Amino acid sequence: MNSAYEAVIGIECHVELKTETKMFCGCRNEFGGEPNTRVCPVCLGMPGALPVPNARAIEHIVRTGVALGATIPTFSKFDRKNYFYPDMPKDYQISQYDMPLTVGGAVNYWLEDGTLQECRLTRIHLEEDTGKSTHAGSGDGRIAGSSYSLLDFNRAGVPLMECVSEPELHTAGEAVAYLESLRRTLLALGVSDVKMEEGSLRCDANVSVRPVGSSVLGTKTEIKNMNSFRSVERAIESEIARQIAKLEAGERIVQETRGWDEHRGVTHSMRSKEEAHDYRYFPEPDLVPLDISREEVEVFAAALPTLPWERFERYARQYGLGRKQATQLIDNPPLAQYFDEVVTRSKNPQQSSNFVLGELSRLANEREVAVADSGVSAAHLAELIELVESKRINSKIAKELLGRMWEGEGSPAAIVEREALAQTSDPAAIERFVDEVLAANGPVVADYRAGKTNVMGFLVGQVMKASRGKADPALVNELVKKKLSS
Amino acid sequence: MTNDDWTEHGAAAIAAAVNGRERSAAEVTRATLARVRSVDGEVGAYLSVLDDLAMVHAEQVDGRIARGERLPLAGVPLAIKDNMCLRGTRTTCASKILEEWVAPYTATAVARMLEAGAVPIGKTNCDEFAMGSSCENSALGITRNPYDLQRVPGGSSGGSAAAVAAREAAVGLGSDTGGSIREPAAFCNLVGFKPTYGRISRYGLIAFASSLDQIGPLTRTVEDAALAYDVMAGHDPCDATSIQRDVEPAAFALRDDLKGLRIGLVREFDTQALGAQSDELYRAAYRDLELLGAELVEVSLPTAEYGLATYYLIAPAECSSNLARFDGVRYGLRVPGEDIRAMYDNTRAAGFGPEVKRRILIGTYALSSGYYDAYYVRAQKARTLIARDFERAFAQCDLIACPAASCPAFEFNAKSDPYSMYLMDYYTIPMSLAGLPALSVPCGWTTQGGATVPLPIGLQLCAPIFAERLLLGAAHAYERATNHALARRPALTAERV
Repeated sequence: MNSAYEAVIGIECHVELKTETKMFCGCRNEFGGEPNTRVCPVCLGMPGALPVPNARAIEHIVRTGVALGATIPTFSKFDRKNYFYPDMPKDYQISQYDMPLTVGGAVNYWLEDGTLQECRLTRIHLEEDTGKSTHAGSGDGRIAGSSYSLLDFNRAGVPLMECVSEPELHTAGEAVAYLESLRRTLLALGVSDVKMEEGSLRCDANVSVRPVGSSVLGTKTEIKNMNSFRSVERAIESEIARQIAKLEAGERIVQETRGWDEHRGVTHSMRSKEEAHDYRYFPEPDLVPLDISREEVEVFAAALPTLPWERFERYARQYGLGRKQATQLIDNPPLAQYFDEVVTRSKNPQQSSNFVLGELSRLANEREVAVADSGVSAAHLAELIELVESKRINSKIAKELLGRMWEGEGSPAAIVEREALAQTSDPAAIERFVDEVLAANGPVVADYRAGKTNVMGFLVGQVMKASRGKADPALVNELVKKKLSS
Repeated sequence: MTNDDWTEHGAAAIAAAVNGRERSAAEVTRATLARVRSVDGEVGAYLSVLDDLAMVHAEQVDGRIARGERLPLAGVPLAIKDNMCLRGTRTTCASKILEEWVAPYTATAVARMLEAGAVPIGKTNCDEFAMGSSCENSALGITRNPYDLQRVPGGSSGGSAAAVAAREAAVGLGSDTGGSIREPAAFCNLVGFKPTYGRISRYGLIAFASSLDQIGPLTRTVEDAALAYDVMAGHDPCDATSIQRDVEPAAFALRDDLKGLRIGLVREFDTQALGAQSDELYRAAYRDLELLGAELVEVSLPTAEYGLATYYLIAPAECSSNLARFDGVRYGLRVPGEDIRAMYDNTRAAGFGPEVKRRILIGTYALSSGYYDAYYVRAQKARTLIARDFERAFAQCDLIACPAASCPAFEFNAKSDPYSMYLMDYYTIPMSLAGLPALSVPCGWTTQGGATVPLPIGLQLCAPIFAERLLLGAAHAYERATNHALARRPALTAERV
């Protein structure tokens, strides 16, 4: 990117909420299915049908707002957004215009280098999704050149969250980091599956550029059709480059909506501001205004899960975990929760992370069982870490024990006690093993003394074997060396 | 009329006879269908007559009675305005755009009537999408006033009104947005009752203006109106604007006097403007209220004169959005075009009549960017002021009495400019904007304006929100004391032989 320019980016996300039923009717809210099988007079916009709001969807939005530190107005309402489109059954969308459910708030996100940043939100509101059009006869599924279109209304009326950020992001990387953090937050709150590939998360980006140091916003374009975080990143980068090139060439940026072409890796003009719709918003007369009680907001605030960036801050700053380790844990909330419990008990974040992300995750993958569902309780893992830390067992024994704990053998301390697996750090005992091994391997000892020092490892191994793995390896090393050179 | 002619009886009498097994619902239904066959050719109340379905329902009612059930509307012949869904029947809104549309579900109000034992005789004509005051805006048929076939039955619920007036049903369902039940009731010598907004579910009522639409009954007596209201009123989980509040049966609150009631006469509604005969009839009606024990007080509704202007912004704004769904994509008329836009244009151009188009245009304009604040927002503010006027008035009185319409039934094509037609609802619109319960009850006959036969006019009574019992009770006392409705019978060929 040309360093004389700064990009300014705002993100608008549409997120399908996870609810049993659709926003305004009793049809099931599920992805896919045979076309037009999850429909009723309400979500088909039949004459005379009326919407009844889904309380759970409203709750999801309010909880999200509370989690993101937004203001929750006591009064909110639905409005109609009027425009004709074949996959919109009523030819208006029930949405929210001037009184959204939540105002303000912020998403914190972290970058590659681990720094935490904040992007404030304008608002979050609730609306209904449209149906889906499939264009046939054009070869590529696009409307241009198609001979007819098929409509599937299974998605029509699915509750949709619209989350609008302030224009406070400056690079494609920041935009993606913001999206990832928002995604993790919504997952943690359990309000959406947030699957971009199923369309339950869709986003548009508003992009403008300006000379570095300027506080005036440049003319923006709105980028649509980005189907993955990767395409968000590429599309924004491409659009920033396009705008800078225009300005460098002395041209002006046209305010317009542009579509991202994944194959060609460029954005193309879809419609200009002059062609923009007049949506003729007005209050939805079929619904009554929403009163959000303060008690309800307090209940939500008291029961919030740990948010991703709160975890990140703790893991990175307090525990000293690397960005990768921290992110890996955060992206697996049950694992993160388990990890937190282990840390609380072991007071040893680094070892906890090593075990949880290392051997334990390896076992989990191998057996296709989540760590949290294994026989290894957080308390027992903390016990194991304590055994290692106090040098009562070595890492080899620890690994072996973990396998047995997974199978449900319970407390590692009890196993160690029962089977006398504790590491031997008694020099006299180890010395006996060393003497035995050296006596039994005369030729090897001779080789060593003749200068073949690489047999040292063999001898140490034999001593470990003789001790059934319990000897402190460092001490064994020390003693073998000492004996050989005496 | 003989006691054996069951088409002459009202809902209360029919339900009593069917519940008492003096008559079967099937007999009453057959008699009603026969009456429809003999008179509807000249009245034109029905767009579709449901002979088979009616008999199926009648037999079901008789079966339930035989099993010992008692049904509040057992065997009562019901006329349903064709903007209410009844599963499996054509529901047209008297529009070409829905001419062939068959409803896949039943409106809550209709379902409650049928569950209570009413028998669906047919679907009635109305002004297209309930927009009009004469039924002349129907794209599918002409309905005539049974009391003078040269005249309109009123509207928009004119078909239901004509059906009940012509004894082609005992109860008609109408919908009232700005007067569409009360005005045709006045024109057809009926009781027409619009409850508090939200009292009766709108689920399955094809919307004209959602914040104003309210279903209500058209009947020949106040008692019948109360019976039908008691059946239909009450919260419906399918309508988010329906009121969650218990409904106390109004049929048990009917009274014979007005003692202890203060009835407000509106200073701004000067009946002299309605002509000498009407003026005299309304003055007589007010005197009768006083004779029944009411204390008459003068109240003021200073903003009521802005009702019409306010209404003709809010209702079209909502209708422009409500009627967007009639686009040829999923159901109803489709006129092909080059592309989707052309298909929309062709379909809507061919499917909607001139008045519907006019209101869609007005509403689209009023909601447009740059005009929204000047029109829609100001209209909403005016609506609030009008409602406050009523609140102040009801601090001084229990009910308000005023005319139900500006004139009696007029001849076809007499109101050819839209504005003169809009003026018909001058007295009913303010109550609609305030969401208040109001009804029209017959209050006399007039030949004013050269009528060859006397024409009925209606007295409008209006109550504070939720005061339906008081309203129906008072109307019953007035009706019993005056009996204006019984003075004349419809002038139908079948009557003359």
